[in-house]
Amino acid sequence: MTQLVIIGIYLALLLFLGVFSSRMFKGTSKDYMLASHSIGPFLLLMSIFGTTMTAFALVGSSGEAYKEGVGVYGMLASSSGIIHSLCFFLLGIKLWSWGHKYGYTTQIQFFRDRLESDRIGIILFPILVGLVIPYLLIGVMSSGVVISSITEGAFTDSFAAYDYGVPPWLGSLVISLVVLIYVFFGGMRGTAWANTFQTIVFMVLGVVTFFVISAKLGGVQAASHAVLEKNPSKLMRGVDPKDRERYAERYNTWTLIAKYNYARRIAKTLTLTPEQKAEAYQEFKPRMPNWEMTAEAIYASKNSLYTLTSEEVNKALLIQDDRQMPDPFPEKWQMGLMSHHDLQEYPRKANAEDEKALLIFAGKIGHPEKDLDPNDPSKGKNWTIKKALGVYRASNWAPDAPHPMSKLVFFTYFFVPLSVGMFPHLFQHWLTARSAGTFKLPVVAHPLFIMIVWVPCVLVGVWATSATFEGAPLFPPHFPANAVLAAMVKKMTSPVLAGFLTAGILAAIMSSLDSQFLCLGTMFTEDIVVHYCGKDRFTDKQVVFMARMFIILIVAITYGFSLLEPRRVFTLGVWCFSGFSSLFPIIFAAVYWKKLTKAGVYAGVLVAISSWLYLFKESKYALEPNYTFLGMMPVATMVVLSTVAMIAVSLVTRPPSKETVLRFFPED
Amino acid sequence: MRYAIYGLVVVLIIIHQDNWLWDDERLIFGFMPITLLYQACISIGAAIVWFLATKFAWPHHLEEIAQESPAQETGDTE
Repeated sequence: MTQLVIIGIYLALLLFLGVFSSRMFKGTSKDYMLASHSIGPFLLLMSIFGTTMTAFALVGSSGEAYKEGVGVYGMLASSSGIIHSLCFFLLGIKLWSWGHKYGYTTQIQFFRDRLESDRIGIILFPILVGLVIPYLLIGVMSSGVVISSITEGAFTDSFAAYDYGVPPWLGSLVISLVVLIYVFFGGMRGTAWANTFQTIVFMVLGVVTFFVISAKLGGVQAASHAVLEKNPSKLMRGVDPKDRERYAERYNTWTLIAKYNYARRIAKTLTLTPEQKAEAYQEFKPRMPNWEMTAEAIYASKNSLYTLTSEEVNKALLIQDDRQMPDPFPEKWQMGLMSHHDLQEYPRKANAEDEKALLIFAGKIGHPEKDLDPNDPSKGKNWTIKKALGVYRASNWAPDAPHPMSKLVFFTYFFVPLSVGMFPHLFQHWLTARSAGTFKLPVVAHPLFIMIVWVPCVLVGVWATSATFEGAPLFPPHFPANAVLAAMVKKMTSPVLAGFLTAGILAAIMSSLDSQFLCLGTMFTEDIVVHYCGKDRFTDKQVVFMARMFIILIVAITYGFSLLEPRRVFTLGVWCFSGFSSLFPIIFAAVYWKKLTKAGVYAGVLVAISSWLYLFKESKYALEPNYTFLGMMPVATMVVLSTVAMIAVSLVTRPPSKETVLRFFPED
Repeated sequence: MRYAIYGLVVVLIIIHQDNWLWDDERLIFGFMPITLLYQACISIGAAIVWFLATKFAWPHHLEEIAQESPAQETGDTE
């Protein structure tokens, strides 16, 4: 409950800030959308940084480091330090100067002017809005997961289905409403202030989290040495031979469990007597919950208590790993044995673990603050549903195979941060700058700020792979990556600190949501309503009102999607950024290439989006987290294809008029 | 000078691809994975390059272009 109170106070503070900044609101749409070009270097740095660092940075980076190891930093953080500032330097300042000179508020206004094309807006508007929605989704989903994880056991009787904590749908709803309210009242000025405040909060609390967690793990050296001992591959991008050996041993044991379960449950040719079970347990050293099954499986195999055909063994593996059973069963698997790689070709049944785990561990699930056995407190507390699911996955599913990071994938990740060049919300932030000189601080400090946030998150995520807490492993295998940071904060800090640290995580999430909400409202009013209905048809107040109404609509749509969306934050983020990156050649050419034509841009945009849709479908709509195309990140192909289409078509179509060229390139 | 800065950015992009550390699991200062330390240094290197860009390759002429714009509202924030 303490955590809930602290989160509530923090959210109230944000609302106050939004309402307070609205008192400085000048009542004009320009002030609502661009804060009257009044933002100085510090506010610009903090608002741009807060906007680009979202749930992706805190929740996603720690979760992905937990899954993939320290290479995650080089893949996205250090490359972003170079590329983001490059975009601010090459695009931000120039677009700011044109925005200031010609009165742009949105990207589409710039493109319409630069390309002498009204229709480009019709094409770009749905694409940009469509790409911002998954970006919003990342924040909305993560906020629900974080609040739910951290408030487990906060209620005595309510929300039993959510481990007596705030349900994710409610957490997401509250966060969406809070951001909506302060964007509603404060506009761009409120957003810039709230972003600055929240960026300071999440940076300070992020560093505090790092030190508190490392102290609980016995210090930074002890935490890293535990990884070196148990999961050395997480400290590099290759695979350590020790990890390969450990995996081979674990996979072998897992196949024994699969075969044992098949023999007794499906073939019904095996039942261990109580004496045999006692003998099995005697020989086995218990290490984790549900260890009895492993002991029985090893015992049954060692004593050759069953025989299965190749087909039965393959079916046993598919059933044990909750994979979909192919129908008809392939001929090749009636003879030969499936490898782990073959097994993974068959998709896992959606939410397979939910029903089974709740059935198997029904007697252990309850309020997490109450004892499992009131007469014997030594048995520990009740299990949460999340723990039951975790134990089920850890004891039933095949262990993860260690895999190296591909050098080509690492290199082609460089294309992902190009997305900032096309983020419509960042374009709007650039235009808020008071002067070109305002950009100097963000350009220089951005890579350092990324380092300050990402290095601790990546270390904490890697430590989580090998940490033990109160004598037991902190996380079982197959633990959901998105929940790693929140679970560590919950388990390893006091309720008061956990409340503050959660506020820090939520701050990072909300500081992106606000800019995106505002930007979508601005685009709708400026690029659609005012553009097509005429500037004089509506008063400024009506324009602001329409922006607000559109924001509410987008929040409602995103919230609806968040209730359905189970994908990994990091994977979803990479796809969303890839879409924006595929449009980067267009903005770059619009700023630096005089011969760019509107037909060239149409071609580039259409090829970018078609290739994005095709590859997104091929990745099973982001359900395949390690999907590559030609051994590279799919984004590399998208960027190359859109560039080629744009250049080729521009070279053979009519160039823009002399007036337009002179307007944007007077020095030539 | 502008081209020298762009050259440094290209150097950063090349040295970012640290293939020689791919299989290196060493801990520096007893806790910092060498890969992570190297990439953190790339971030510091990027900040230095961008600092040099603001000193020696800043597009001052864009400030003047913007000032040619029609009357703007003056701000009061920060």
